[in-house]
Amino acid sequence: MIQGVQLDLISEERLARLTSMEKIRLILDEVMAGNIVVLEKGLSPEESSRLIEMTMMEISPDGFSGIEMETYPARAQGGGLLARLFGGGRESPSRLTVIGPANQLKMLRKERDLISAWVSSR
Amino acid sequence: MDILTKAKKRLSRFLRVFFKKKRARIGIYGPPNAGKTTLANRIVRDWTGDALGPVSEIPHETRRARRREDVTISNGNGDSIVIDIVDTPGVTTKIDYHEFTEYGIEKEEAVKRAREATEGVAEAMHWLREDIDGVIYMLDATLDPFQQVNIMMVGIIESRTLPVVIVANKIDLPDASPARIKSAFPQHPVISISGLEGTNVDELYDKMIEFFG
Repeated sequence: MIQGVQLDLISEERLARLTSMEKIRLILDEVMAGNIVVLEKGLSPEESSRLIEMTMMEISPDGFSGIEMETYPARAQGGGLLARLFGGGRESPSRLTVIGPANQLKMLRKERDLISAWVSSR
Repeated sequence: MDILTKAKKRLSRFLRVFFKKKRARIGIYGPPNAGKTTLANRIVRDWTGDALGPVSEIPHETRRARRREDVTISNGNGDSIVIDIVDTPGVTTKIDYHEFTEYGIEKEEAVKRAREATEGVAEAMHWLREDIDGVIYMLDATLDPFQQVNIMMVGIIESRTLPVVIVANKIDLPDASPARIKSAFPQHPVISISGLEGTNVDELYDKMIEFFG
């Protein structure tokens, strides 16, 4: 059998149909199974915050040691005075995101417009 | 300080007195080993004569959030703020107990530390969502600021519209590059300091009074 790593590319449409908790559970279940997940559109800050918390709860000695996650920095937001007043100007857009097990996914190089990562099989 | 900033501060003070607003809780956040506890100790020692917690080169030395109430910071212009300082565990997305055994810690103790560290990270995130009014985000100026955890954390802080001052720490080290941090987060004020030696900490105090007051 060919050795390899499963890569799941999840579309923006599919992500839009999921609730925040469903998204986080989907990511963690995939990653804990040793798969790499690529999200066409990344998580919101609130979802990222919950993902960190839930990841911490799943870590166990000699088992799951957490996630490696890479995404691009948010694009600079314009937004006029009204947008800032009503909070619209502060919402950071989520972008293409890759998430994998911390012991299998390593970042090689990261810039504002380039992510270079290395994936190993278990 | 321009007229608009002065007016904003006066209005903020008036509203705080009028509505008896609680003291602002300022959380010191950042990845492990950025120097959060060193800075928290310096702030608390400079303004109260006390200390907050132990520091160590071993990551995740701080595994519980620690709060010091009623810290008054003032400057030569007569401006001051009264805040609670919250030193938080370093935020990360991965913790492996082998990180600790590499420092000579026995496996049983390392597993215990790793478990406490995971709880500490979750606790820090919870504080940020529920109980923090402003953030000092600490970065080790010798490391790449584009690390994912920094981008995520600054995004989370921005989404909560919390005032944030970014601190480029460890400028006493030869590899330090505060300019790299400034270019990574141009939307926020960045203050370069050495928490260990106390270099430029007065500028940070001025910025804290301006931003959190």
